[in-house]
Amino acid sequence: MELLHNLETGFVAALTLQNLLYCFVGCFLGTLIGVLPGLGPVATIAMLLPVTYTLPPTAALIMLAGIYYGAQYGGSTTAILINLPGESSSVVTAIDGYQMARNGRAGVALFTAGAGSFVAGCIGVLILAGFAVPLVDVAFEFGPTEYAALMTLGLVGATILSSGSLLKAIGMVIIGLLLGLVGTDTNGAPRYSFGIDELSDGIGFVAIAMGVFGVAEIIRNVEKDESRSSSVSKITSMWPTRADIGRMVPAVLRGTAIGAFFGILPGAGAAVASFSSYAMEKKISSRPEEFGHGAIEGVAGPEAANNAAAQTAFIPLLTLGLPASATMAMMLGAMTIHDIQPGPQVMASDPALFWGLIVSMWIGNLILIVLNLPMIGMWVKLLAVPYRALYPAILVFCSIGVYTVSNSDFDIYLVCLFGAVGYLFSKLNCEPAPLLLGFVLGPLMEENFRRALLLSDGDFSVFLTRPIPLVLLVITGALLASILLPAFRRTREKAFVEN
Amino acid sequence: MAMKIRNQTDFATGVLYVVLGGFAAFIASGYTMGTAADMGTGFFPFWLGVILAAIGLAICGSSVASGAPMETLSSWDWKALGWICVSILAFALLFEAAGMVLSIFVLVFVSSVASRKFRWQGAIANAFVLNVICYGAFVRLLNIPLRVWPDPWFW
Repeated sequence: MELLHNLETGFVAALTLQNLLYCFVGCFLGTLIGVLPGLGPVATIAMLLPVTYTLPPTAALIMLAGIYYGAQYGGSTTAILINLPGESSSVVTAIDGYQMARNGRAGVALFTAGAGSFVAGCIGVLILAGFAVPLVDVAFEFGPTEYAALMTLGLVGATILSSGSLLKAIGMVIIGLLLGLVGTDTNGAPRYSFGIDELSDGIGFVAIAMGVFGVAEIIRNVEKDESRSSSVSKITSMWPTRADIGRMVPAVLRGTAIGAFFGILPGAGAAVASFSSYAMEKKISSRPEEFGHGAIEGVAGPEAANNAAAQTAFIPLLTLGLPASATMAMMLGAMTIHDIQPGPQVMASDPALFWGLIVSMWIGNLILIVLNLPMIGMWVKLLAVPYRALYPAILVFCSIGVYTVSNSDFDIYLVCLFGAVGYLFSKLNCEPAPLLLGFVLGPLMEENFRRALLLSDGDFSVFLTRPIPLVLLVITGALLASILLPAFRRTREKAFVEN
Repeated sequence: MAMKIRNQTDFATGVLYVVLGGFAAFIASGYTMGTAADMGTGFFPFWLGVILAAIGLAICGSSVASGAPMETLSSWDWKALGWICVSILAFALLFEAAGMVLSIFVLVFVSSVASRKFRWQGAIANAFVLNVICYGAFVRLLNIPLRVWPDPWFW
C-alpha cells in the first residue's frame, strides 16, 4: 500500500523530538489565540514567522500549521463558556454551546466540541493524504496556461465565497495583485518602487499581513471597547450520556463530510463550513425546536465541520500551490521564505516535509485533546486579561517581529501604513482576505500568464481551446453567473448574516 | 437631474478603486508595455489598473442607482487610529538608535493612551513585563542580535 508507506515516511519525520516539540508549541499557541478574542491566526502566523527563520523548514511549517488548527479548537471554548466566539468559525458553536452551558451542561458541550473536532480532524487528515497523490499526478500535467486559468478560478472563487459585495471583493483581489507586483520585474526593471531602495525587493508580506490583519483589527477593537462578560459557566461532568452519544456521532460524521468539502473550495473555509453544517443539522433534525436552546447536534456538527475544513484546506496548497484562504496564503508565504516553492513537486522532492506535515496534523489533533479537555480551567483564566493590556503586547511582538525579517525599520513603517489602510478598508466594508490572496499570487499569476501567451504567440484563445483551462474557466464563469441568480444570492446573504 | 448618492460607503469605495486603478495604470504606462506574446514590465499591471478602475466605476454607478440601499459613511475613531499609528511610528524611529527597552516603553505607553480605560500605572507595569518577556524571548532564547540599550554614540 502506497498510502501506508507514505504515512510511515510522515510518522518518521513527525515523531522526531524536535518536530513533536514544535507541533506542541504550535497547538499551544493556537489554542491560546483561539481563546483570546481579537487576535486571529493570520496575524499570529505573521508575528511568529520571523521566529521560524532559524528552524528547519519542516519544524517551522509543523508549528505554523499547529497554530492554525489549534485556533479552531480554542475558539470553541470561549464560545461555549461565555458566549464569546474566539474565531469566526466558532460563531455558530456559541448558539447552542452557550445554551448547553447555561443548562448546566458546559462540560458535555466542551467534550462534544473536543471529541467532534478530533474525529473530524483525523478523517480530514486521511482525506488529505488520500487526495494528495492523485491530485499531484494531475498537477504535473499542468503548464502555464492551466495554472493561469486555475489561479483565476481560485481568486474568483475566493471572492464569491467570502462575505460582502462581489465587486468590492474582486477589486480587493486586484489591489492585492498590484501590491504583489511592487519591486523588480523578472527582467530586472523596477516597478512601482519609486526609487525607494527598500521597495526594490517588493513589499514584505509579513508587513502587509500584520498591518491589515493585526494593527487594523486592534484599532477596530479599541474603538468598540468591548467589555467582556466575566460570568463563566461552571464546568460540571464532562461525560455525555448514552443518548447524547447517539445524537452526537451522526452529527459529527455529517459535519466532517460538509467541512471536508468546503475546506477544499477556495475562499469558503471553516466559517462557511460550520454554518452550513448547523443549517443542515437543524433541517434534518427530528427536534428542530431544540436548536437555539442547547441541542447537542448544534455543537457537534459545526465543530466537526470547521476542523475537517481546517485540514482539507491544505489540499490545494500542498498539491497545486494554490492557497484557498488568507491563512493558507500565510502558509504559502512561510514556505516561500524557507525556499520551498509550493506545488506538486514538493511531494517528490521533499517527501519527509510533505508527509511529515500531514502526519503532524494528526498528532496535533491528539495534543489538542490533551491541551483542551483537562486544561480548560487554565484557558478560562486567560480571559481575565483585559484587552487594554493585551493589544500593546501584540503591537510590541509585531513591531519587533517584522523588524527581524530583514533587520530594517522600513518594514515597521509599512506595518503602520497597512494598519491605517486596513482600518480604511474596514470602514468601507471591504474584506481584507482577498487582498492577501491576490498579493501572494500576484507574481506567480503574472509569470504563468506571460509564459502561456508567449507559448501561444499572443493568442488569447489558448485558454479556450485546451481542455483543462476551458473547464476551469467555465467553472469560473458559472460561479460568477450563479451570484446573479436570486436564489443563490439569498442563501449566500443568509449564510453571512451570522458573521 | 441631480444624482443622489444613496450608498455613501459604496460610492467612496468606488472612488478609491478608480483613483488607485488609474494611478496604477498611469504609472504602468510609463514602463515597457510589449505585446501579448512578449509582455513588457507594464503590460500586466496596466490592465489590472484599468480593470480596477472599471470596477470602481461600476460600484459608483450602483451606489447611485435608485434601488441601492441607503447607507451613510461610518464615523472614524481618530483617537484610536492616531495614538496607535503614532506609537508604531515612534517605535520605528527609536528602535535602531535608542534600543529595545526604551522603544518598548514608548510603544506600550503611547498605544495604551488609545484605550478609554487608560491608566498610566497599568501601562508602565505592562511595558515593564513586556520588556522582560522580549528580553528573555528575543535576546536570550532566540539569540537575535538586537540593540537593547541606547547607542551612546548616537546621542
